[in-house]
Amino acid sequence: MAVRRLSSDQPRDFAFTPENLAWAKETIAKFPEGKQASAIIPLLWRAQEQAGGWLPEPALRHVADMLGVAYIRAYEVATFYTMFQLSPVGAKAHVQVCGTTPCMLRGAEELIDVCKRRIAEHPHELSEDGNFSWEEVECLGCCANAPVVQIWKDTYEDLTPESLDKVLGAFARGTPPKTGSQIGRKTSSPEGAPTALTDPTLYDGSKLGAWRARFPELQGSDATPAPAAEKPKG
Amino acid sequence: MLLEDKDRIFRNIYGLHDSGLKGAMSRGSWDGTKFFIDKGHDWIISEVKTSGLRGRGGAGFPTGLKWSFMPKADARPSYLVINADESEPGSCKDREIMRNDPHLLIEGALLAGFAMRAHTSYIYIRGEFIRERERLQRAIDEAYAAKLIGKNNIHGWDFDLYVSHGAGAYICGEETALLESLEGKKGQPRLKPPFPANVGLYGAPTTINNVESIAVVGDILRRGGHWFAALGLPNNTGTKLFQISGHVNRPCVVEEEMGIPVRQLIDEHCGGVRGGWSNLLAIIPGGSSMPLIPADLCQDLTMDFDSLTKLKSGLGTAAIIVLDKSADVVKAIARIAYFYKHESCGQCTPCREGTGWMWRVLDRMSRGEAEKSEIDKLFDVSKQIEGHTICALGDAAAWPVQGLIRHFRPEIEARIDAYQAAHRQAAE
Repeated sequence: MAVRRLSSDQPRDFAFTPENLAWAKETIAKFPEGKQASAIIPLLWRAQEQAGGWLPEPALRHVADMLGVAYIRAYEVATFYTMFQLSPVGAKAHVQVCGTTPCMLRGAEELIDVCKRRIAEHPHELSEDGNFSWEEVECLGCCANAPVVQIWKDTYEDLTPESLDKVLGAFARGTPPKTGSQIGRKTSSPEGAPTALTDPTLYDGSKLGAWRARFPELQGSDATPAPAAEKPKG
Repeated sequence: MLLEDKDRIFRNIYGLHDSGLKGAMSRGSWDGTKFFIDKGHDWIISEVKTSGLRGRGGAGFPTGLKWSFMPKADARPSYLVINADESEPGSCKDREIMRNDPHLLIEGALLAGFAMRAHTSYIYIRGEFIRERERLQRAIDEAYAAKLIGKNNIHGWDFDLYVSHGAGAYICGEETALLESLEGKKGQPRLKPPFPANVGLYGAPTTINNVESIAVVGDILRRGGHWFAALGLPNNTGTKLFQISGHVNRPCVVEEEMGIPVRQLIDEHCGGVRGGWSNLLAIIPGGSSMPLIPADLCQDLTMDFDSLTKLKSGLGTAAIIVLDKSADVVKAIARIAYFYKHESCGQCTPCREGTGWMWRVLDRMSRGEAEKSEIDKLFDVSKQIEGHTICALGDAAAWPVQGLIRHFRPEIEARIDAYQAAHRQAAE
């Protein structure tokens, strides 16, 4: 559990833009009639994006009204789920540093030092120019690429204090850097020479239809071609 | 012997090739799907049972058996819910499936949904995986457009697949907390029974499966349950995505046979332990909740459910966190304790209060600022949390602490001695 309270400084009102309203209606329609409350997390998330990376209190009431749920239910959701930011975040970047053990073992504490030095002493505190903020978050699920930070929608992986410094510098200049691994490896493949998936026949289509061999009912008959729609298109 | 490329299910796990529909089809996804569906519900379940597939989310429950619990005739709709809330520290495999090989998951969802007579499925993906969610949604849109899923699709089984998401709560990986979250509430686990197969999402029969469990179904049907069962070890069959993080030279995600020796896995795929095998201190074998295993027990250790259970640990999600001798093992476990304190949903008192208590004590112990009698007290408290909560988060928080005390008590004691000696000197 973490103590999470709404900011005392709130805007007067909030309403979805027409585009977000249309998107919200589509999202609500994913769920059965009468179960529209299911859409609350996606809608609050969209509201947070619209409001500049944090979730103002009027947005909670706006979404609760749309879904026909009591305001307290929206408050509960907003305070329970820690990705909802309850106070304003940096305009250019809110840096979420993963501090859990796999990242800690590979240097997450040094990344936090970089944030303290470049941004602000305390998490959730805005930098002097209001452009940056940071927090330590729990496991981001990129452990084979540790240590990582997430900024907005993207992760920056395999970081060192120096490369995080560069990433933050790029955000400060308004030119966000390449996402993913900062040491140039592809996703979570081992760095250097591949140790798996080197057989070219996996990719030339030569294995397609091989499954037929194990079904006697498909043998000796050319009259059972693969359904046309199952062939690759394009 | 390492797993051969021809037996790999996740042929685009590193995203080196096209993750779209065309690319996925060229690698074998959606090949024969209609034929398998025409073979019937029971045939699919029976093949999956033959494969010996055990759930890949951590608990290792037999997947085919789980599906067979779903009612065959019920006035309520049946739901397949796919757990993509991958949050156990160390785990990072479902992310790669969803962004690089999403069609394996979508095809598997259709096959599993059909097997359990569900026309609707939700994929619940953790909030942080924003790009993964976008990539997965694109693949689902492609599948709808090609009439592979949806109403009146070419497979003859109406099937709607929706993506929803969380917003940063580890507990939502627990299946009933996930259902609560999917219904728009705080993710606080439900008491069982009733089990989700009877009363699940919206009070209807529901099966919750991990992403990897579903994504392997297509290839199991194509190559046969016997093929999958021949890989790995008895009762621990098939291939598995292993995720190796921490103090290895080349951390990675890799698909290997169940039961691979951990030393071979680390040496062959990860370039070895940093500083060599002799520099290994311990591994956490299955994600942060699994008790650590010290180096001397790792020499011949195989990575499978049963051999890890014998060591009072577990395979979990097969996420291996490696600690070399430079690691501060007490601090590493204290950080895990902080994680569980942060992620406790607050519903059950032993977990809400106990996780914070264990973290505070461990935090002191990591500096040696404790009494030796507190080690036994800590173990005792962890036993009072374990098994006394609605869900397994209490257990997950207690086990790593117990593992630390079981294997590294001398280390904790040495720290306490050093701290006390330093302060005695200061006092004199």
